[in-house]
Amino acid sequence: MSDYLNTLLFTVYPYVALAIMIVGSVLRYEREPYSWRSGSSQLLRRRQLVWGSVLFHVGVLFLFFGHFVGLLTPHFVYEHFISAEAKQLLAIIAGSIAGIVCFIGLTMLIHRRFFDPRIRATSTFADNAILVILWIQLTLGLITVPYSLQHTDGSVMLALSEWAQRILTLRIDGTAELVAAQAWPYQVHILLGLTIFLIFPFSRLVHMLSVPVRYMWRPGYQVVRERNRREAPNRIPAE
Amino acid sequence: MKIRAQIGMVLNLDKCIGCHTCSVTCKNVWTNREGVEYAWFNNVETKPGVGYPKEWENQKKWNGGWERKANGKIQPKMGPKWRILAKIFANPDLPEIDDYYEPFDFDYGHLQTAGESQTMPTARPRSMVSGERMEKIEWGPNWEEILGGEFSKRSKDTNFEGVEKEIYGEFENTFMMYLPRLCEHCLNPACVAACPSGAIYKREDDGIVLIDQEKCRGWRMCVSGCPYKKIYYNWSSGKSEKCVFCYPRIESGQPTVCSETCVGRIRYLGVVLYDADRIGDAAATSDERDLYEEQLKVFLDPNDPKVIEQARKDGVPDDWLEAAKKSPVYKMAMDWKVAFPLHPEYRTLPMVWYIPPLSPLQSAAEAGKIGVDGEMPDVKSLRIPVRYLANLLTAGKEAPVVSALERMLAMRAYMRAKTIDGVIDEVVAEKVGLTGAMIEDMYRIMAIANYEDRFVIPTTHREISEDAYDVRGSCGFSFGNGCTVGPAESDLFGVKRTRTTQTPTDRFKEQV
Repeated sequence: MSDYLNTLLFTVYPYVALAIMIVGSVLRYEREPYSWRSGSSQLLRRRQLVWGSVLFHVGVLFLFFGHFVGLLTPHFVYEHFISAEAKQLLAIIAGSIAGIVCFIGLTMLIHRRFFDPRIRATSTFADNAILVILWIQLTLGLITVPYSLQHTDGSVMLALSEWAQRILTLRIDGTAELVAAQAWPYQVHILLGLTIFLIFPFSRLVHMLSVPVRYMWRPGYQVVRERNRREAPNRIPAE
Repeated sequence: MKIRAQIGMVLNLDKCIGCHTCSVTCKNVWTNREGVEYAWFNNVETKPGVGYPKEWENQKKWNGGWERKANGKIQPKMGPKWRILAKIFANPDLPEIDDYYEPFDFDYGHLQTAGESQTMPTARPRSMVSGERMEKIEWGPNWEEILGGEFSKRSKDTNFEGVEKEIYGEFENTFMMYLPRLCEHCLNPACVAACPSGAIYKREDDGIVLIDQEKCRGWRMCVSGCPYKKIYYNWSSGKSEKCVFCYPRIESGQPTVCSETCVGRIRYLGVVLYDADRIGDAAATSDERDLYEEQLKVFLDPNDPKVIEQARKDGVPDDWLEAAKKSPVYKMAMDWKVAFPLHPEYRTLPMVWYIPPLSPLQSAAEAGKIGVDGEMPDVKSLRIPVRYLANLLTAGKEAPVVSALERMLAMRAYMRAKTIDGVIDEVVAEKVGLTGAMIEDMYRIMAIANYEDRFVIPTTHREISEDAYDVRGSCGFSFGNGCTVGPAESDLFGVKRTRTTQTPTDRFKEQV
């Protein structure tokens, strides 16, 4: 039974979550472009947002790319440059610093969202929920740090990277055990992380897909739209 | 030379009575929705005053508009592109809603439901944002109406620069004027430049600047970029919104709502032809005091055969070229030089222009010590300091403003001589560089101001871009994504869309 549950949670659920994230995002972009936005509340209250938002975003971006590179780079690619032990130590130190920065920012944002009358009154359920979920996820991530310090050989890190890479490369045999063998904070952190993928298209998180980096190479500053000129009217002209 | 046409606007401040009809009708049409209760696409300010939002003209505080770099190029005052992107998490140049005002309503229901009491029930204010009781309303959309408040506060007005302002705080010397404001639909818009998503665009055929509500992601850089603070962030939809110049009306040849309902008949709408290739050079003029004259050089003479020929090549329809010849905006800006851009020093090349107001003579001057220049009083003795008007309209250069005021005084003197004394006084016309015929034309358009003289608006040629056959049974004008089926040519399942018109602009293609 527990095997069944592990397979369900750590092998099936990732595909469900990723599929919903991708299909949901495409559908929302296509059908509801008016709803696609960052949802800033800076206009209503500047206090706590400037520090909160900057710390949160800087921290979370570092964590996101850290997880992305750390989990998805195959061992053989980096083993000639850095040992697994050193890589884990690097991940623990850098991740902890970014995690604390992010934690301070996110806590400020949560406090602002729930205790500022203007922000509380204008928040939707999704706005509130996503902040709480991210805060729990971040806390779980920080809880794994002391667990990681108990085994400095990098074995857990290797197992979890292996799991992520197998999921993405569709090698599902025995995948679930890689996670099931780890301590509970790792498991819950992964499950909640997958859940964030799942709810991604239904939350304001979609704004990260619209990061306007294209602005940097947009030629000049001005944008002008000209009328489409109809090339050939599809009707037969009158005599 | 690349010729484009724009519907420009002129407001004759000499006739504005500050009734706010324009603001109220605009509000009722465009911004009576959740999220933009605080937003007024059109508002009327009493000057001198800090305005709405507070101190909008102080670009040291808000960093709006453009600045000229040492190398002669211009960039948004917010900084280069990377600097603007770096402000995306928290924008230090963004006003808070209290800089506009916290929108409020009153508990009118209480007047009907209150129990019996010794005193009359009252309707107390309530915030439209948080829904909470507001014990005291401290600011509103027009808090400084008719010089409300202390002089020390309203004299923060940046237009006092170079003016000995203390004496204007004295009751005997005080002065005021009205300034109705809306989006300037600039030739070199800073909001467009600051938008990282590329959602704001200027329409080639009529110059109207719009925000694509489906592409806007709410990064709110445009709010800071616009030096006139005429882009508003809708806190409910998370998108920015701005004055749309009533484009559905303009497209069908009707004036904007603010112009249509102006009881003082102060607003004019007409076509201006301009050379798009000259915009960059004009905006980068080294001395900001020359920006007004440089912008005049961007405008083209609609009677010049070479201009007409090139305009036809560039796709300007013939009826637009005809309308350009009759444009009241062109006449006031170019022929008579009585209209000026609002704050040309922002380098946005604005297209809503203003005729400066005449004002009563100082009482000292009236008591015999008057500075009279022949038939006409000296404009330096008018109650509103010329420098104040120049700071508002010509980046501080007084000569053009003096000339315009003299021409308006000459128009009065000429018409007074004609109608009262029965004399045609060509001398007074010549003195200000006009002819009697020109003054009579000025009088017809500026003083009589008939509807058809104020609004010369050619209709948009929708037939060029769309097939009416496709529009059958389509969704009309709607807000947001009311009837969108997505941006792509075919739907998610590969079926080519029967193209229906969601808004009149969705058949525009983008050209950078």
